[in-house]
Amino acid sequence: MPEGFISNLYVFVLAGFLGFEVIRRVSPLLHTPLMALTNALDAIVVVAAIIIAARPGSELSEILGAIAVAAAFSNMVGGFLITDRMLRMFKLSGRKKQ
Amino acid sequence: MNQITVQYLTDFSYIVAIAFFILSLKWLSSPATARRGVLIGEIGAAIAVVTTFFNPELVRFKWVLIALLIGVIIGIPLGMVHMTAVPQRTAMSHAFGALAAAMIGISEYYMRIPHITKFEMTEISLEVIIGSLSFTGSLIAAGKLQEWLPQRPIVYKGQNIVSLSVLGAAVLSALVLIFNPVAPLFFPAMVIISLLFGVLLVTPIGGADMPTVIALLNSYVGLTAALLGFVLNSKVLVVAGALDGSSGFILAVIMCKAMNRSFTNVMFGAFGQLQVSAAGAGEERVVHSATPEEAAAILGASNSVIVVPGYGMAVAQAQHKVRELFDVLTKKGVELRFAIHPVAGRMPGHMNVLLAEADIPYDRLIDMETANSEMPQTDVALIIGANDVTNPAAKTDQGSPIYGMPIIEVDKARTVMVIKRSLSPGFAGIDNPLYYMDKTLMLFGDAKAFVSNIVKELTGGGGE
Repeated sequence: MPEGFISNLYVFVLAGFLGFEVIRRVSPLLHTPLMALTNALDAIVVVAAIIIAARPGSELSEILGAIAVAAAFSNMVGGFLITDRMLRMFKLSGRKKQ
Repeated sequence: MNQITVQYLTDFSYIVAIAFFILSLKWLSSPATARRGVLIGEIGAAIAVVTTFFNPELVRFKWVLIALLIGVIIGIPLGMVHMTAVPQRTAMSHAFGALAAAMIGISEYYMRIPHITKFEMTEISLEVIIGSLSFTGSLIAAGKLQEWLPQRPIVYKGQNIVSLSVLGAAVLSALVLIFNPVAPLFFPAMVIISLLFGVLLVTPIGGADMPTVIALLNSYVGLTAALLGFVLNSKVLVVAGALDGSSGFILAVIMCKAMNRSFTNVMFGAFGQLQVSAAGAGEERVVHSATPEEAAAILGASNSVIVVPGYGMAVAQAQHKVRELFDVLTKKGVELRFAIHPVAGRMPGHMNVLLAEADIPYDRLIDMETANSEMPQTDVALIIGANDVTNPAAKTDQGSPIYGMPIIEVDKARTVMVIKRSLSPGFAGIDNPLYYMDKTLMLFGDAKAFVSNIVKELTGGGGE
């Protein structure tokens, strides 16, 4: 077993429970923005992709890493953008714009 | 700065990012704080990305910078799509997330061989299998939602056996690799077989089941990211993946309950899915229909109206006309609200976003429980583009394929109006006894045109 596995497992289990408790409280009204936002947060794999692509190594890892950077970063940019756009649309009555 | 200082700084910035991500999801719990949540999520992500560039191990930046630019060029249009297209956009972003994670896993394998332990190989195999199948599965889902692929379920004999054999072959390749990591052809074989399995997993699933499938793929993508965190020993990925995974999982469970399907049924995609089309009713039954004028007169004279919108409303692009109806009736003092079934639309919460885009205030949207408790005091239940979620057979007819599914009980309202093109059964091919009730008025026509005509009647003939 590689070092760090057990501590990663601790983190995984705790984060899973924390995620469950926090997300359970999100109103069903906002389930679509929730999915867009978690996609954007999940795109943090871009940091791993940057390291894979930019550290010394084979050309293959540079290419695969760069594909991963592009894919993950498009999720990050697009995910935050659309979440904010959607949330701006949710208005209460009596507060008319335009 | 020496390397150890940089390492500490990176770790610290990742911890800050994670804390911000959790706050971000917490603030999403209410519309009042939700936008703040997006902002803090963006700050957390920016901190993590910028700090990563200080890693002294990094030496070649050309392709990284080009890739980041490509990410922006693809990401902005994907962030600007129309709300009706959000489900396919979401499926595309699941595909991208899975692609990124799978690429990193594949690259790690080729970098580590031949010095790779059985344990590491197990982690990498699992990560690459789930990442690859989520990638193609999400592409198929996006294709179906965009209607490039047929929306109806594609089923053939022996499907389960074929699909499970393919998955078995992928697992077998992984086992070979665990005991002999350098077996030259098994790694690419495992990737290709997993890609194929993703296609087989989602192809049989029909459009009406898409909310569950999207949530499930969301969960798979999160799991892939968390597994990647294990492979790379990166806690920021473990946490982000666990949050994304649990979010998808919760949504999948909610969708499941709302369709009364068992969890195993969903876990294994469409396997064993019921596709019973109810036998056509033999006897002639009486249907009452009404014109826009009659409908307008009844709506204008009522005190309370509950609209039940379904995906058909979005297909007909009727939501903006519905908003005009909302405005004119509200002005007349009619209390109009919208009852949202959890699986209305093509993904969790889709209908809420569509109505919000049409400028309908969110405090006018009510959930199924509230709607059902208020239905007996409601003058008119107006159904636009929804079918199965209002079908009383789900409560009364044990032989119905949707028996047991929670529904919005429109049949309890004093009058029921259904806007529909014809009497043909809905998506799941199930007959709806609601249409033949005495208090039901069928409004035959295109949703957009019909609502528009009602609005015209109400504004023109209203004497204002």
